Amino acid sequence: MRDRDVELEFVIEPLGETTLLLRFGNTIDATTNSRVHVAASTLQAARLPGMIDIVPAYSSLALVYSPVVWADGSGLPWRQFSAAVQAAFAAPPALVRRTEKRVDIPVCYDLACGIDLEEVARHCSLSVDALIARHVAGDYCVAMLGFAPGFPYLIGLDSTLRTPRRANPRQRVPPGSVAIGGLQTGIYPGQLPGGWQLIGRTPLQLFDPKREPPCLLAPGDRVRFHAIDVDEFAGLERLTLS
Amino acid sequence: MSITILKSGLLTTLQDGGRVGYAALGVGAAGPMDAPAFRLANALVGNGHDAVALELTFIGPRMTFDAEAVFAIAGADFDASIDGRPVPAWRSVRVRAGSELDCGRARRGARAYLAIAGGFAVDCTLGSAATDVNSRLGPSDGRPLRAGDRLKILLASKNDTSLQQQRTTPSWSLDPRPWFEADATHPIGLIRGTHFDALDERSRVALFNAEFRIGPDSNRVGFRLEGPSLTMTRPLELVSEAAAFGTLQLPPGGQPIALMVEHPISGGYPRIGQIAMIDLPRLAQRRPHEPLRFREIDIDEAQTGYLAHERELARLIDAVTQRLSG
Repeated sequence: MRDRDVELEFVIEPLGETTLLLRFGNTIDATTNSRVHVAASTLQAARLPGMIDIVPAYSSLALVYSPVVWADGSGLPWRQFSAAVQAAFAAPPALVRRTEKRVDIPVCYDLACGIDLEEVARHCSLSVDALIARHVAGDYCVAMLGFAPGFPYLIGLDSTLRTPRRANPRQRVPPGSVAIGGLQTGIYPGQLPGGWQLIGRTPLQLFDPKREPPCLLAPGDRVRFHAIDVDEFAGLERLTLS
Repeated sequence: MSITILKSGLLTTLQDGGRVGYAALGVGAAGPMDAPAFRLANALVGNGHDAVALELTFIGPRMTFDAEAVFAIAGADFDASIDGRPVPAWRSVRVRAGSELDCGRARRGARAYLAIAGGFAVDCTLGSAATDVNSRLGPSDGRPLRAGDRLKILLASKNDTSLQQQRTTPSWSLDPRPWFEADATHPIGLIRGTHFDALDERSRVALFNAEFRIGPDSNRVGFRLEGPSLTMTRPLELVSEAAAFGTLQLPPGGQPIALMVEHPISGGYPRIGQIAMIDLPRLAQRRPHEPLRFREIDIDEAQTGYLAHERELARLIDAVTQRLSG
């Protein structure tokens, strides 16, 4: 990826006393989202004093900083810090490389794992097999992590698979559930409440606070799915839990 | 050296300064709802400002000490007692081995911190011992304390001058007034949020003039505010983006939610305001059904106020630390 060629236009607004929000757009699309990840890498490399956290979302980037560190200048910390952020983009560090990981995720699309498969197929006027084929064919990008620790919001879903969220969210979605919510697809890292349509399950652990790194996926990672059967799922699940 | 919990109280959790640095993975900070009270409780027993302490909520726990210890309670006004004798707050208190501490109930306010000289020895998850009940992260997978739990206390080293090793306990206490405010009529500073302008005129006026009440289903994730229903001029289709402690969201129902320490990292509801950081402890101490009014401030006033507040707190903690070391 030729990062330097990406046009990085954004507006800055303070989100309270300790956070700045950089907004690159107002839509869910791969181009805007990739700008967010390029900006995140640029700011990581810039190592601005007092930077606490860099948090990508679909079309915006939140920067959590310590105002105390920026308090001895001539203006208020949020103005000083905004200026430093602008400057970091004006003169980007020589080597900004995004470490874009590719992750292949096994998914069991059996009806026992994807309890909404038939409903989603009906909604999309597809056979269950065609639905699975289109989900597996996708090339996805982790737009952001949120909702719960390690929950990846993936963009790149085939638009024919777009399905609204369930009218009544479930109290408990099984861990590893692969789901569709509107034009997004995602994976529930643990047993959580959730309103997305469940189409399969992965035996991989998406979030384990005792592991380093704790998350299988990071913002900006590329993701592909491949289908496994129930026996492979059980085998891999034993391996993951042991 | 340890304490054993006899009764859990309503919601008693272990907290440190918070789990910072993992927001990009969807992991929030958690930590204390009332950070200044938490830091002062630790300062009063000679701990570092980030040491693990207990957060008590409305009804405190009952516990026994298996060895002599020094503790301090700061924050809401709890009617705590040791073996039936009342215990003063905002100062260090020495307790004998075998004693029973009943933290009682909050007479005013909602949350207090019990810090113990040396601090609690707790394993860290992602660099922090903070309990995140909602995300099930932290000690015992984020579960609040329950009867039978045994908490180890870190021992001070032999040549330590800490309170644990000293023979005498300071007899002075802090004035809680600048740091604990139970007056529910005190307005809460609010900065206009990104989507404030999308509110209709009636709602814009109501936000800064009407009285709200803290909803009964308010917790460490968020406070639901009951009051006039707020409406947008047109429905907004929003893309999920960052939220912060103190963000005032407006879900479709029209009743705003103030996000607290266990808030989700991102959200798709309109952000109509951002509560001033120096007023967050004041809000955290408000109880369900108590009133709430907002006062409009801008980011410049908020950040100036925050810096002054932090400087004052740091000075006070320094003064306490110096006085303790004699």
